[in-house]
Amino acid sequence: MLFLSSKKSGSANRVVITGAGIVTALGAGWKLNAEGFRAGRTAIRPVTLFDVSRQRTKIAAEIDLPEILPRTHLSEKNLRRISRAGRMLLLAAHEAWTQSGWQPEENLPVVLGTTSGEMQLGQDYLEQAICSPHRSKKQATRVAYYQVQRQGLDLCDAFGFQGPITIIANACASGSNAIGHAFEMLRHGRAEKVLAGGYDALCHLTFAGFDSLQALAPTPCRPFDEERNGLTLGEGAAMLTLETLASAEKRGAEILGEIIGYGATTDTHHLTQPHPEGNAALAAMDAACASAKISPAKIAYVNAHGTATPQNDATEAVAINRWAGEGAKNLAVSSTKASIGHLLGAAGAAEAVVCLMALRGQWLPPEISLGKIDPVCRFQVVREPTDKKIETALSNSFGFGGANASLIFRRWA
Amino acid sequence: MSRIFVHGTGAISPAGWGVAALREALEKNVPLPGQAMARPGWEKPLSIRPVPPPSPRPAFFAHARLRRAGAMAQHTVAAALEALGGDAERVQAGELRLGVIVCMMAGGVAYSRRFYEEVLRDPATASPLIFPETVFNAPASHLGAYLNSPTINYTLVGDQGTFLQGLALAADWLDDGRADGCVVVGAEEMDWIVADAIRLFQRDTIFAAGAGAVYLKKNPEAAIELASITDSFTFTKKKVRLDAAQKMELQLPTGGAGELLCASESKKFSQVNLPGQRLEPKSILGEAFVASAAWQCVAACDALFQKKFTAANVSVIGANQQAIGARFQRTEIL
Repeated sequence: MLFLSSKKSGSANRVVITGAGIVTALGAGWKLNAEGFRAGRTAIRPVTLFDVSRQRTKIAAEIDLPEILPRTHLSEKNLRRISRAGRMLLLAAHEAWTQSGWQPEENLPVVLGTTSGEMQLGQDYLEQAICSPHRSKKQATRVAYYQVQRQGLDLCDAFGFQGPITIIANACASGSNAIGHAFEMLRHGRAEKVLAGGYDALCHLTFAGFDSLQALAPTPCRPFDEERNGLTLGEGAAMLTLETLASAEKRGAEILGEIIGYGATTDTHHLTQPHPEGNAALAAMDAACASAKISPAKIAYVNAHGTATPQNDATEAVAINRWAGEGAKNLAVSSTKASIGHLLGAAGAAEAVVCLMALRGQWLPPEISLGKIDPVCRFQVVREPTDKKIETALSNSFGFGGANASLIFRRWA
Repeated sequence: MSRIFVHGTGAISPAGWGVAALREALEKNVPLPGQAMARPGWEKPLSIRPVPPPSPRPAFFAHARLRRAGAMAQHTVAAALEALGGDAERVQAGELRLGVIVCMMAGGVAYSRRFYEEVLRDPATASPLIFPETVFNAPASHLGAYLNSPTINYTLVGDQGTFLQGLALAADWLDDGRADGCVVVGAEEMDWIVADAIRLFQRDTIFAAGAGAVYLKKNPEAAIELASITDSFTFTKKKVRLDAAQKMELQLPTGGAGELLCASESKKFSQVNLPGQRLEPKSILGEAFVASAAWQCVAACDALFQKKFTAANVSVIGANQQAIGARFQRTEIL
C-alpha cells in the first residue's frame, strides 16, 4: 500500500548507490564521461537537430546517439517508436541496471525527473495537426509516446519489472528532486530499491524558449566568469540504482557511493528569476546538511547549478558564501555545465553522477574555459584538472518556478 | 505511520466554481451540456466542457503572478484556496509550513501550443512572456508564490492515478515532518489540441478542464480521515489493464452497502466491482484527466462531510499508466 494509517513507519536506513548510467554530449557511459569531466573537456558545438538560423544562439551540447540500443525485453517495434529522450533514458538506465546486478521484480519503484519528456513528438503532432489536408496517420502513436509516463513504462518493460512510476516535473531541479525523493523513500523504509534519475532531449520549442528569454549565450557558457553571458543548453540522461545499505550488503553488491542528505525549498520571488540574496538556495543547502546531519564545513566540493546566466551565478555565489561562511575560502566549487551544457530535467541526475565520479576518483571537475572569476565568489572555482582527497560533495539544482534542491553524497570507502 | 485527516476540499469544474457547484451537478446526475470549440482546419467543431467564468471575479486574479497566468494556474490557486480555507492566511503569515503537490497529465498545453506556433512562424519573435508558462510546474510555482510558501513544492506528471499518488506523497511528507499541512491539486486546462488528441482514442469522450484539491493535515483530528491508498499497479505493453484493476480492487476494503464507491469508469465498462452506491463524476463532468481523479476524491470527501456515508472508496483506472484506489472514512466510526 502507498499509504495505510496503521502501517508502521520504517527506521532510518542508509542509502547507497550500486549502479550509475550516464549519457551526455561527452559520450555514452561512465568511462567517457569521467574522462571528459576530469579533463574539463567541452562538448558544445553547432546545433544540427533543428534549424537555428533565426535564433540568436546557434550552439548546444548535442549528443551523437548510438544507432543501436542495448538489448532489453522491448520489441523491435517498440524500440522504433522510442524517440530521442527515451533512447537516452534507456541507455542510461541500461548501464545503471547492468552495473547494479538487479533482477526483475514485481515492485520496484521508478522515480524520474524531466521538464519536457518527448517534446519532439509533441511538436510533430502539432505540426501535422495544423496541416491541410488533415491526416491522422501516426498521430495516435505520437500522443501515446509523447506522454512522460510512457518513458517510465518502457523502462518497466525493458527490464521486466513493475512500477510504481513517479514523475517529478520541477523544471531544472527535476533530476535532483527525483533522486532526493527516491532517497527519502529508502531512508524511511518505503522501499528497498528505487531506480531514479532524469532525462531531457534538445528540442526546438525549449531552445527557442530560452532564446526568447535571451538566456542563451552565443558562445559556450562560462559559469562564474565575470563576463559570463548566458547558458548553453545540453541534453542527456542519468540514472542511479539506489538501495538501502542492508539490501546492497545482502546481495554483496559493489557500492559506488552513499547519499546522505536532501533538501528542497521554493523560491517565491519570480517565475524565472531567483531572489538576489539566494534565500531559498541557502535554505535548500541548509536543509540538505540538516538531513545529512553534517555542517557545511564537512563538504569538500560543491557541484553548483552554475548555469552561467548573470543572475543565477550571482545569486548562487551569494548563497554559497552565506552557507559556507568562513569555510568558503577553502571550498572547491565548479559547474560542469561548462562541459555538457544545461541538461534541464536531467541536470541534477547527471551532476549527481559527476559527484560520484569525483568521490570515487578523488578529483575535481574543472571549468577549463573560465576567464576572470566573478569577484562575488569567495570560494575556489576549480579551473584546472585537480586531484584532491574529498569525502563529501554537494550538488545544487535550481529551476524555473523557484524549485530548489540540494543533494549530499559521501565517498564509499 | 501517522493518521492523516482531510481538512478541506476545493473544486473548479465545468459545474462551476466551488465544491457546492460540483455537489449540485453530481446530485442532479445529468451530464452537463457540451460546448463547441473550433478546431483549426475543420468545419466541424470539437465538443468540450469548459469551466464557466467566475462570478464575481476572485480577488487573487489581481496578484502580480496570476495576472498573466493561464487558466490552469488560476484554477489551481482557486481550488487550493477553497480547500485551505482559513489556513491560507496562516501560510501567508509564515505560521504554517505548507507542502504543495500539483498533479497533471497534459499540463500547460495551451501555452505550449501557442508558443510553438509562434516558433513555427518565426522563432526570432516568439514571446518570452509565454514560454515560462509552458513549464509543467508553473501553476505550482504561482500557488507557492501567492501563498508566499517556501516549503517543498512538487509537480507530478502522469495519468489520472497520479492524483492519488500525490495524496500518498503528501501523507509521507506529513508523517516525516516536512510540512504541517499539504495541499494536493489535480489540474488540467482546455485546448483544442488536447480535445483533438482524445478523439483519436475515445471518439465519444468530451474533454473537460478545471481543478480539484484536497487539503491534508496530521493534526488536529478532523471529520474525515484518509484511511488508505493502494499500491499503484502499472499496466504496460506487457502488463494488462484488467489485471492491474483487479489487484487494486483486492487492496481496497470491500466495505458495505452503506458506503460510496466513486469510480473513474462507468459500470458498463468497469473492471472494478466493489459494493456500495456508485458515483461516476466523469459521466456528468467529462474527461479532465488528473482533474477528474481529483474531483472523484473531492466528491467522495464531500459526501462524507455531508454525512451521507460512513466511508468512501475511490477507484481510478488511468488512461495509460496505473490502477490505484483510495479510501476515506468518517472518524467517529473508528
